[in-house]
Amino acid sequence: MANLATREAYGKALVELGKENKDVVVLDADLSKSTKTADFAKAFPDRFFNMGIAEGDMMATAAGFATCGKIPFASTFAIFASGRAFEQIRNSICYPELNVKVVATHAGLTVGEDGATHQSVEDLAIMRAIPNMTVICPCDDVETMAAIKEVAAMKGPVYIRLGRSSVPTLNNEADYKFEIGKAVTLREGKDVTIFATGIMVSEALKAADLLEKQGIDAQVINIHTIKPIDEKAVIEAAKKTGAVVTCEEHSVVGGLGSAVCEVLSEYCPVPVKRVGVMDMFGESGKPAELLKEYGLTAENIVEAAKAVVENKK
Amino acid sequence: MARDIENLKKTANTIRQDIIKMLAESASGHPGGSLSAVEILTALYFSEMKIDPKNPGWEERDRFVLSKGHAAPVLYASLAERGYFEKSHLVTLRKIGSMLQGHPNMNDTPGVDMSTGSLGQGLSVANGMALSGKLDKKDYRVYVLLGDGEIEEGQVWEAAMTSAHYKLDNLTAFVDFNGLQIDGPVNEVMNPTPIGDKFKAFGWHVIEIDGHDFNQIFNAIDEAKNTKEKPTVIVAKTVKGKGVSFMENVASWHGTAPSKEQAEKALEELGGAING
Repeated sequence: MANLATREAYGKALVELGKENKDVVVLDADLSKSTKTADFAKAFPDRFFNMGIAEGDMMATAAGFATCGKIPFASTFAIFASGRAFEQIRNSICYPELNVKVVATHAGLTVGEDGATHQSVEDLAIMRAIPNMTVICPCDDVETMAAIKEVAAMKGPVYIRLGRSSVPTLNNEADYKFEIGKAVTLREGKDVTIFATGIMVSEALKAADLLEKQGIDAQVINIHTIKPIDEKAVIEAAKKTGAVVTCEEHSVVGGLGSAVCEVLSEYCPVPVKRVGVMDMFGESGKPAELLKEYGLTAENIVEAAKAVVENKK
Repeated sequence: MARDIENLKKTANTIRQDIIKMLAESASGHPGGSLSAVEILTALYFSEMKIDPKNPGWEERDRFVLSKGHAAPVLYASLAERGYFEKSHLVTLRKIGSMLQGHPNMNDTPGVDMSTGSLGQGLSVANGMALSGKLDKKDYRVYVLLGDGEIEEGQVWEAAMTSAHYKLDNLTAFVDFNGLQIDGPVNEVMNPTPIGDKFKAFGWHVIEIDGHDFNQIFNAIDEAKNTKEKPTVIVAKTVKGKGVSFMENVASWHGTAPSKEQAEKALEELGGAING
């Protein structure tokens, strides 16, 4: 398994996209080396616009580009995209349904040592709440590359959440087919379903291995599209296994866990445990230390799975 | 279209009448800052801009962004008068199911180039349009109308930096300097002056005019078009509520619609009648 950060894959995807589609323009807010849009800037300097440290201006400028038929990719850290520029994204991008792709890197706790001010554990909740917005959180480099190509081909606003740190490659580049809004079953199982998104997908697979040793047959489903969530897949999986765990590098409020619970409570109530950040701010530390500290490891998923299986009885 | 000042004055007066009629009918909306901007929009839509009302999405058209989106009535009245849609729609302003939302929505109303309403975002959008035009080597121009109160929003100055940084000489901003915002005189709420000097310091070409004088508006537009490598801002001194004696320079008319009687009185002054 290769190890690559999803933002690195984004940089590569943008360059490929830039060759194929002349309408693609890229904007960044003085973080192009970190978000990896610098790769595009180098390849296509005329179509790259550094907007300086001004995220709101960047988002509304991207909206202006989109009204003229361009496909703008606007990038910054997740906290600034979803937080500082929320209202520009809502009013100038999503309300008029403009074709802007907001690609946010450094999401979640694993931005690491910078601490709470730079960790975004609310962005999925915020972006999911906006009408017309599609919200995607890829799990590895292969999925990121595929997602970037797919969103460029669709019309309308999208938020894509990427990470800073390297993650294992789970998908096979040669035959991976990415479909917006379609959940991916990575492992079949009958006792419990683990829905995971982003970097937590690999932890969910590890957890399934650990559970197997304890006699629990876990199903693992990658929900790369948080909105629109694949309701059918969620309901079918819950009906099949009767117990659900959700995992995300995000607050348990408003993200994948909430989205899954919304579907299940209406159509198929089953015991659920949400693995995520428990409605609190993070702190400085190394990414792996932070995941452990805030309960986002395979072991935590195992505990949650055992609890929901127990609750079935 | 020709710069026939006498005709443009008549058109401006018709637009003023339509603003009053539509606001009275909806009993909701913003007359003050709509009336102050009438000559600017009349000059743009009836003489200056390269547009085609039969083809609102024409790629080569000049663009207009009403950053002060609450002045939607002046935009709607201008678009209707210019032939983008039937004038009968005007009285549906702000009513359920209407294509004329309280603030402009580009997907509802033919001729609206950008949805606006939350202040401070329009100049950024106009920059995106102007950058796109430069990238595609198209010769369309982008106009944006800002309010003087609106420029208290920090994003306006982020955008002002961007326009100058990217040398957007295909972009012209108007500031409708009517001196009043919701809570009172702008220089008491949060003084934005000297407006021209601020834009100049940000790298803009600055022109200051009387925003109700067509000759001054056109001269400024010409000067903007001849200014290379820099965006131009036209700081237009205007009168809030212009044309209606009891509305002129009264802050409370920022966001209050006239009653039927007040509308009759206003229309009398403007030489029209509510059913005319």
